[in-house]
Amino acid sequence: MRLLSSRRRHPAAKALLLVSGLFMMGALYTVIAPPPQVSADTGNSQQIAEGKALFAVGCASCHGLNGEGQVNGPIQGPPLAGVGAAAVDFQVSTGRMPMARPGPQAPVKPNLYSDEEIAALAAYVASLGPGPAIPEPAQFDTANLSAEDLARGGELFRTNCSACHNFEGAGGALPGGKYAPPLIGLDPERIYLAMLTGPQQMPVFDDEVLTPDDKRAIIGYLEALHARPTDGGFGLGGLGPVSEGLWAWIIGLGSLIFFAMWIAAKGAKAK
Amino acid sequence: MTEDTTHGRPSTEVATVGEESYPVPDPGLEPHLPRLTDVDEKAADRATRQVATFFGLVPVLAIGFAVVYFAVPGDAYIDFGPLRANTRNLLLGLTFGLALLFLGVGAVQWARKLMDDREMIDYRHGASSSDDDKTYMLTELNKAANEAQLTRRKIIGRTLIAAIATILLPMVVGLADLGPWPTKKKRAETIERTIWAPGVRVVNDVTFEPIKPENVEIGQLINGEPANLQDLEGSEYQIEKAKAAVIVVRMDPNTITIPPSRETWQIGGILCYSKICTHVGCPISLWEQQTHHLLCPCHQSTFDLGDAGLVVFGPAKRALPQLPIAVDAEGYIVAQRDFLVPPGPSFFERDSRNDFKRGDN
Repeated sequence: MRLLSSRRRHPAAKALLLVSGLFMMGALYTVIAPPPQVSADTGNSQQIAEGKALFAVGCASCHGLNGEGQVNGPIQGPPLAGVGAAAVDFQVSTGRMPMARPGPQAPVKPNLYSDEEIAALAAYVASLGPGPAIPEPAQFDTANLSAEDLARGGELFRTNCSACHNFEGAGGALPGGKYAPPLIGLDPERIYLAMLTGPQQMPVFDDEVLTPDDKRAIIGYLEALHARPTDGGFGLGGLGPVSEGLWAWIIGLGSLIFFAMWIAAKGAKAK
Repeated sequence: MTEDTTHGRPSTEVATVGEESYPVPDPGLEPHLPRLTDVDEKAADRATRQVATFFGLVPVLAIGFAVVYFAVPGDAYIDFGPLRANTRNLLLGLTFGLALLFLGVGAVQWARKLMDDREMIDYRHGASSSDDDKTYMLTELNKAANEAQLTRRKIIGRTLIAAIATILLPMVVGLADLGPWPTKKKRAETIERTIWAPGVRVVNDVTFEPIKPENVEIGQLINGEPANLQDLEGSEYQIEKAKAAVIVVRMDPNTITIPPSRETWQIGGILCYSKICTHVGCPISLWEQQTHHLLCPCHQSTFDLGDAGLVVFGPAKRALPQLPIAVDAEGYIVAQRDFLVPPGPSFFERDSRNDFKRGDN
């Protein structure tokens, strides 16, 4: 204490005291302040205004200043009226949007927006035209699905999704450098949002035609499928005998080559 | 090895080529050098021990296999990080696999180290029999034919040939049972039609839920089936499902081309196409909602659903058949009629003149 008391009249003491006081206040506030309400509220004009400002910075170069889209020219972006908050949540939270550069498909990358900013963007885009809202957690809660539901989910998945995403959800290639991403280990909300909004080349599967129960069954089926142990090797997307065959061809036949070399090699001679 | 072939010297029957035709003379066999095991008894003993050890391990592993088969429970697992293996299967594979491997390794080591390794040449000889053998064979055959009275009573041989030839007829005729006789009438009521009929609702595959046009958004894809499919069972269900499968898509009517003759086939940009590829009949639902292209996963045939289902890429030769749709009194999507052309792949008698081609209206 002596050290502190002897320096209490130091020229920097006042400034340091002020800085530490501010720091204490800030730290205290973050501990006791209630968590901010994060949701896209189309009735909240302040959130919409924030979203519009963020939109002008991050999105307007492709989607136009008012989300009207650009369909001509080298940099194109679809119009956003009617895509809804759900589409914004999916595209921005997975880092697909904003795109780093124009290309056949927006890849997943780290998302640099905070939840508040995504909610503000979603509120702004939702205010452009009616579109699907962000689903409630109960809609993609797969906890209480019966075996029958999972079987139905599997049938729905193979009918509607497997053409692009492979029958185990391992993903697949599309023409022109596009691809259907793998569905393994994804957040259920993300899968739900994708079905609801039809991002990029994916068709829309809206709630009227593929009901929320159907969607939940599909998500539950994928979770059950991917929780299944892959006995005897890497699954390789459930390509059936291919995974075993790959081992047999590369490891099995590869080692046979060494045996063939050993059999035919001339051993050491006595002179 | 036959009698007339000698080591190191070609027999007279070999087709030899004059040595002048080869620019490099035949160097012959390289001189034989003894191996270590040929001259050093200790090395030979060591090799013997190696071979005997490999052979000796085989019974141990074989008995181990039998023990594992009965002793290890079938539901035990071993984890190797990303790999996970059933303990019993792993041990069965290891014991039996290693037993086979050791048998082979022992045999190879035996051959390499201990068996005589001097190289020998056996020259090939002509494949045809000698004249003596041929004459003998023919005489024997003629003798047998005489003894069987075939030469004297020729009618027996002739009727036998006729009998053997006609005994195949019932078998060939039986093949007609493999499927319906493909007459024009039969084709018209099987492969050239589906169960789509006027007023049949388009329903979701799997759930059989009918569809209202106002619930179909732009960019939406629905894998559909006719509602009357539910009345069928068994193989009939499978056959009709495979032929009648459709996809319903909605596109912005301003961005697509709808030929004038098909203006009434759609509902505000909702179009319905056969789901069966016209190339070899794979079901296709790989649809890109922005390009409107439908890609067949089998051979990459690509159809433009925004342009009457015409082929834009791949081996398919015919446009995807479109199903005319309308709305019924209760507001659900229904078929106006069956497909105008048979959906699915080509067949021999198929009339392709009615298919939609580029430039048609």
